[in-house]
Amino acid sequence: MEVLKIATAGSVDDGKSTLIGRLLYDTQSLTSDKLEAIEKASLKNGLNYLDFSLATDGLVAEREQGITIDVAHIYFSTPKRSYIIADSPGHEEYTRNMITGASTSTTSIILIDARKGVVGQTHRHFFINNLLRLKEIVVAVNKMDLVNYSEEVFNNIVTEFRELQAESSFKEQNIRFIPVSALWGENIAERSSEMDWYTGPTVLEHLEGLQPEDTTALTQARFPVQTVIRPKTSSHHDFRGYAGKISGGSLKKGDAVTILPSLTTSRIREIYFHDEKYEEAPAGSSVVITLTDELNITRGDMIVRSEELPQEKRTLEAALCWMDTKALTPGAKYLLQHNTCRVLVKIQGIGSAEDPDSRKQLQLNELGKVSIKLSRPLFVDTYESHKDNGRFILIDPQTNYTAGVGFIE
Amino acid sequence: MKKILHQDSLESEAIYILREVVAQFENPVLLFSGGKDSITLVRLAQKAFYPAVIPFPLLHIDTGHNFPETIRFRDDLVEQLGLRLIVRKVQDDIDGGRAVEEKGKYSSRNSLQTNTLLGAIEEFKFDACIGGARRDEEKARAKERIFSVRNDFGEWDEKNQRPEVFDLLNGRIDLGQNVRVFPISNWTELDVWNYIEKEAIEIPSIYFSHEREIFKRDGYWWTASDHVYREEDEQVERRRVRYRTVGDITCTAAVESEADSIERIIQEIRDSSISERGARIDDKRSEAAMETRKQQGYF
Repeated sequence: MEVLKIATAGSVDDGKSTLIGRLLYDTQSLTSDKLEAIEKASLKNGLNYLDFSLATDGLVAEREQGITIDVAHIYFSTPKRSYIIADSPGHEEYTRNMITGASTSTTSIILIDARKGVVGQTHRHFFINNLLRLKEIVVAVNKMDLVNYSEEVFNNIVTEFRELQAESSFKEQNIRFIPVSALWGENIAERSSEMDWYTGPTVLEHLEGLQPEDTTALTQARFPVQTVIRPKTSSHHDFRGYAGKISGGSLKKGDAVTILPSLTTSRIREIYFHDEKYEEAPAGSSVVITLTDELNITRGDMIVRSEELPQEKRTLEAALCWMDTKALTPGAKYLLQHNTCRVLVKIQGIGSAEDPDSRKQLQLNELGKVSIKLSRPLFVDTYESHKDNGRFILIDPQTNYTAGVGFIE
Repeated sequence: MKKILHQDSLESEAIYILREVVAQFENPVLLFSGGKDSITLVRLAQKAFYPAVIPFPLLHIDTGHNFPETIRFRDDLVEQLGLRLIVRKVQDDIDGGRAVEEKGKYSSRNSLQTNTLLGAIEEFKFDACIGGARRDEEKARAKERIFSVRNDFGEWDEKNQRPEVFDLLNGRIDLGQNVRVFPISNWTELDVWNYIEKEAIEIPSIYFSHEREIFKRDGYWWTASDHVYREEDEQVERRRVRYRTVGDITCTAAVESEADSIERIIQEIRDSSISERGARIDDKRSEAAMETRKQQGYF
């Protein structure tokens, strides 16, 4: 079955967890024992209604505080498809968690409290969605029950948000505004009887209507080699295959390819998935490729079609989100992981063209622009032109922590 | 007609993860319980590394309280596929004074597994343990990363997990640490069953409807067995049941069922209103049972 991944963002009190819980409840995805557990816990907390946020808050600590502190993955499905929600915290101190959850999603639900309208966090969440280039955005204006289901309040918020959109959206992005009340289930799955003035889809209807990304149409196939398959058994004595996941576009048997970074050329002899051979494999496929030449290719190398080479870079300019408590300082050395390749790098400058202050630091959860010097060249694309080949993480070589995530410009 | 690959995205993701484990770690192992999730992992591993053999062994932490059918199945599978199997027994730890048997009505060896697992990791110096846990199973699992770093006590520090962005997996660790890997994190129970059906994967017979001696306690059907403590007044009956999840005999409830084929099992799950782990008595002990066990080094 088809899977659609959704990221959710919103302030702590915006009712995001309640919205998700409601979606589960309304699609009959909450099993009776889970429902029973929610009933029990709601009662224990002294509530006289079902607190659906309890369906998603997993860790003991946050249950006590009533907030989400990590990324929870929640699954539900309709007859049409399966859904995975990455429920991320709204607090600024958990920006890194939000980016983690949103990075594997194609859709995002941004929550706004109808009483407060567009706030600082809305700006930040929208900015992050754009940094990650998430195409489908749903702006759920929640707690409409607390503003008397007012059409005027809703429209004002839409106008406010459109100003944000003018500043930082991108061409292929689609934004849908939906007035909801997660607590009472208005416009989540069920059409609201309190808001006749709203004629658009409910949240669920909208999600069901989204088209999955068309992986066949893309070009610029990139194949980072994960591992080499050399059985050396009597039945497969000379077999030398390269295992990896194709990104960007399809690869075909017979394609003229270039191996990076050596720039050697060859042709695809066979594309295998398990014991079957294929003439073509689309982006997203995990396969094993054999070539017409005997070459010495290892993990970290990348196979691409010869007429679609990425750019060779010795320094990178990138937008960076810092995820470590230890601040990023110019001159610091990190390991950069770009697909299956890890290289030692040095941070040259932090800032931007408008603000070239090379003494600047990047603190936890801050977003900035950096220039990075590579110890050896990498073959990259800009994030805008090729998501899978245009991003990287920075690893602290002393702590092994994933300290930052970067988007190549 | 051109032969184009149509691969399921969940399968692609799991295979990608398995390959990353082999590439990034020196000494990985697959934690095998004989349940459908670990059996699925074995199939995925076969497909990931073909035509080479699966490049890591299987490890079974044997509580001694397994369903005998599961053990038979395990041995058959290992022989058929020519895999290397390592078994470490909780009983040995009990006999050696390293673990204490629980007593009483609700006793099980579930929490003792952790100790034996940590011992095996130490013994073989495994740096990555592949497990079949899924995020849809239970609250604490919903928060897990694909690569979950554990300290050398096997402990999980939920407040400090490494960010995991896109599909970039950072498995860098220090000596003494190890990583738990969960390739089917994003698969739901139904996804696993659909895969089993599609691939015609063989599974232990206890998943299918059969006659069994059981008794009722706290609204659940417990299995009548030498390992399961039973009071005088708990009446044993013979009914047609199956097991939806495979843990130890001491902590897995049976459900009444006529589902004797994968197709019927799938239908039953679709219609069912109790979640998979709802039938796991070990999870019910406290609201945060799983999380507490993870902090102590569980899967």
